[in-house]
Amino acid sequence: MSYDAKFRVWRGDASGGELVDYTVEVNDGEVVLDIIHRLQATQSGDLAVRWNCKAGKCGSCSAEVNGIPRLMCMTRMSTFTETETVTVTPMRAFPVIRDLVTDVSFNYEKARQIPAFAPPEGVARGEYRMQQVDVERSQEFRKCIECFLCQNTCHVVRDHEENKEAFAGPRFLIRAAELDMHPLDARDDRADFARDEQGIGMCNITKCCTEVCPEHIRITDNGIIPMKERVVGKRYDPLVWLGNKIGRRKP
Amino acid sequence: MAAELETHDYDVLIVGAGGAGLRAAIAAREAGLRTAIICKSLFGKAHTVMAEGGIAASMGNVNSHDSWQVHFRDTMRGGKFLNSWRMAELHAKEAPDRVWELETYGALFDRTPDGRISQRNFGGHEYPRLAHVGDRTGLELIRTMQQKIVSLQQDDQRESGDPEARLKVFAEVTITDLLQDETGTIAGAFGYFRESGRFVRFNAPAVVLATGGIGKSFKVTSNSWEYTGDGHALALRAGSTLVNMEFIQFHPTGMVWPPSVKGILVTESVRGDGGVLKNSEGKRFMFDYVPDVFRGQYAQTEEEGDRWYTDPDNNKRPPELLPRDEVARAINSEVKAGRGSPHGGVFLDIASRRSPEEILKKLPSMHHQFKELADVDITQEAMEVGPTCHYVMGGVEVDPDTAAAARVPGLFAAGEVSGGMHGSNRLGGNSLSDLLVFGARAGAGAAAYVRGLGDARPIVPQSALDEAATTALAPFEEEGGENPYTLHQEMQQTMNDLVGIIRKAEEIEAALTKLEELKERAKHLTVEGHRQFNPGWHLALDLRNMLAVSECVARAALLRQESRGGHTRDDYPKMDASWRGRNLICSTEGDGIRVEEQPMPPMRGDLLDLFQRDELAKYLTPEELAAVGATGGATEATDGSGS
Ligand SMILES: Cc1cc2nc3c(=O)[nH]c(=O)nc-3n(C[C@H](O)[C@H](O)[C@H](O)COP(=O)(O)OP(=O)(O)OC[C@H]3O[C@@H](n4cnc5c(N)ncnc54)[C@H](O)[C@@H]3O)c2cc1C
Ligand code: SF4
Ligand code: SF4
Ligand code: FES
Repeated sequence: MSYDAKFRVWRGDASGGELVDYTVEVNDGEVVLDIIHRLQATQSGDLAVRWNCKAGKCGSCSAEVNGIPRLMCMTRMSTFTETETVTVTPMRAFPVIRDLVTDVSFNYEKARQIPAFAPPEGVARGEYRMQQVDVERSQEFRKCIECFLCQNTCHVVRDHEENKEAFAGPRFLIRAAELDMHPLDARDDRADFARDEQGIGMCNITKCCTEVCPEHIRITDNGIIPMKERVVGKRYDPLVWLGNKIGRRKP
Repeated sequence: MAAELETHDYDVLIVGAGGAGLRAAIAAREAGLRTAIICKSLFGKAHTVMAEGGIAASMGNVNSHDSWQVHFRDTMRGGKFLNSWRMAELHAKEAPDRVWELETYGALFDRTPDGRISQRNFGGHEYPRLAHVGDRTGLELIRTMQQKIVSLQQDDQRESGDPEARLKVFAEVTITDLLQDETGTIAGAFGYFRESGRFVRFNAPAVVLATGGIGKSFKVTSNSWEYTGDGHALALRAGSTLVNMEFIQFHPTGMVWPPSVKGILVTESVRGDGGVLKNSEGKRFMFDYVPDVFRGQYAQTEEEGDRWYTDPDNNKRPPELLPRDEVARAINSEVKAGRGSPHGGVFLDIASRRSPEEILKKLPSMHHQFKELADVDITQEAMEVGPTCHYVMGGVEVDPDTAAAARVPGLFAAGEVSGGMHGSNRLGGNSLSDLLVFGARAGAGAAAYVRGLGDARPIVPQSALDEAATTALAPFEEEGGENPYTLHQEMQQTMNDLVGIIRKAEEIEAALTKLEELKERAKHLTVEGHRQFNPGWHLALDLRNMLAVSECVARAALLRQESRGGHTRDDYPKMDASWRGRNLICSTEGDGIRVEEQPMPPMRGDLLDLFQRDELAKYLTPEELAAVGATGGATEATDGSGS
């Protein structure tokens, strides 16, 4: 079963661009990325797009489909009607390089600012012992495929270039949370860092990031909110903080 | 053109940012050398990210009988004794340390009840051996090493104020040629930035190839666009050699429907965790396909197979967990016999065997993948699966200890791009461990080589640079030439149909004729647009690599007149012991490929002793066995674990 769909794809580069209309074949079971590939192969060999795995595992193919930030490889064509025009545009929060490809270097800079995992002193290789329940909290955040859709969605930076300096974005707030909750991480200043260097205070818990996360990571509920509490707790109530730390069962 | 060429100087250049490349970079940087990592995609997106099931290492956390000797034995059996035994030995010995090391970088593997790294069962592994994180182990591996690299950069930042002083990542850069001095010694590499299309030159006396596999030469594959065999082709063009190229692993379980996702992997953990294969008659057919060499090691009844999941010490494992080549061929036969599923596969059923909660816990991304892509709820219905091109055992011929590539000083290779380790068939989980073990060795090997050079640095003649640039720009020069996408599709179809899972001489010859035609046509490609992020151009440049690699596969496949592991000949259906001791070595000759036989070094006596004599008899020729007789070959297995 196949039909001809109407697609509008943003074509251009840093200097500007426009939506270009295409009519293109769609077959049973296909996803938006398949259609973009068909455009490349048959109508527009130089249409720029990033992708790798085509299975929702690498986080390369992020874009906005009808204005909603999504992975193109996980957006099935069956979610649209046959007469609907499907509009594909690059992520809005990052500078365009060409067509659907954006400059996401902002994210790599933010990643480099977070102090790395600090191995516990005196615990030899092979001697790490952790309970499954304790690693699971951090594991949820380590599911992140770095698609940067949450970064693209968060209103703190989406249309506010000026906030990018001070705000690390949801992806990296959960990186801090992940390290904070790591049963063996030797640093205890992760929450301070989130407050002082990552601008966690700028987040007002709208949960838009959680909504777009293709990995269904509960970014806000399980990551940002506990970190915010820790920030407050640590500043104003040392006992609460101590309780939290003990609750983490460091061996 | 040369005047504006961007140039960078490093001690060690790592081409590839997958598991092997990142581990090599860590080793080279920790040895104190200035190291650059180059990759075609963004940092953190390499193919390794897709690995699901786990990483094999005989830590013995779940079954304390495990040891490197047992792992070594399983690896050699899986590869049907064609493996480089030295690589298999180093791999089995060093894998546990490499995995534990990841924990010191911050990795969080799933745990056993006593807090150790948990290990799961996988095809061909005698004990639960695969360390894992749900079914996203590769992501954990990549992210952990990516973060370790960041951590090393933070160290440099503290020391020198420049995070990239000794370790820099060049993402979205494609290497198109290696640079060599007049004697053929490595001097660096040449490539382009995908973003701008500008050329770039790296000067470095050591280059580590860690570019992964070749799956994009086949139509149905679990591999991504990156798998165009670049490293294989770069090594060939530089004068090095490829080994074992006829051995391609077709993973038995790829998705078969819908068409657009055909080939995407369904992890082997589905079977390791209890899933079974059934044909259209509802029969668990794998019991009919246990080959002689494995008889005695697998359950003969469904009841015994089922008991094994809970009591592995007293029961044999179900035949669904045979090595991949066996399972893939069995599925192929069932489909050919008309007992396939509606979309040309067979059924993989876990829904009727495990509770929905258990399935969701153990196989979350498989559940997600089928739900999102095929509208199938795997906790309720069976999946439809069939073979997909997954892994290339063949690759750059390397020195096992240092990962130095044959014939080209300064060139190293590790990971899927290297050959030998897995012989004729790779066991699941043995790739991720291979990446770490030989990635680390390649980084150290390259560092030692560079140290040994002192201040001497090979010089690249200007003509080599000009030639590299001219070749890369050719597709823009030609008008009215061929569309690279069309050529690519024809090549994929050819390889899939004629040099695929079951092969015969006439078909391979037909493929070679077609490849010759495609090679001619590929000299006249035309791409539209300009050099900035232009996928048509990128594909045009990748095509020559895919064509060279495909020719290696086809020529080696034609020469090897037997069936073994990832090479099945319809016209020579039996494994032939006289072929075991022979490697097929590919090199370039004019603009074609030459393949020649090369004898393998005999296995060391203490390693032979790890096998029972009657098992060796299944693989070795009578003469080889007689030679063993004097020195080794145990009458009983040496570790009491029996079969
Ligand atoms: C779906 C799937 C699941 C798998 N599951 C498992 C598993 O559970 N366990 C297991 O052990 N194995 C598994 N494998 C196999 C394993 O993942 C791969 O063999 C392994 O990741 C290869 O790693 P690598 O480091 O060699 O290369 P890759 O991770 O593929 O990295 C290659 C790198 O080279 C770069 N590169 C390539 N060409 C160039 C060029 N010309 N210029 C610059 N850079 C270049 C790429 O950009 C990339 O960074 C799986 C494979 C697949 C496809
Ligand atoms: S919850 Fe916070 S981080 Fe997430 S989108 Fe809203 S403001 Fe941004
Ligand atoms: S947290 Fe989710 S949305 Fe954000 S980068 Fe990671 S996977 Fe993407
Ligand atoms: S291509 Fe990997 S997530 Fe879409």
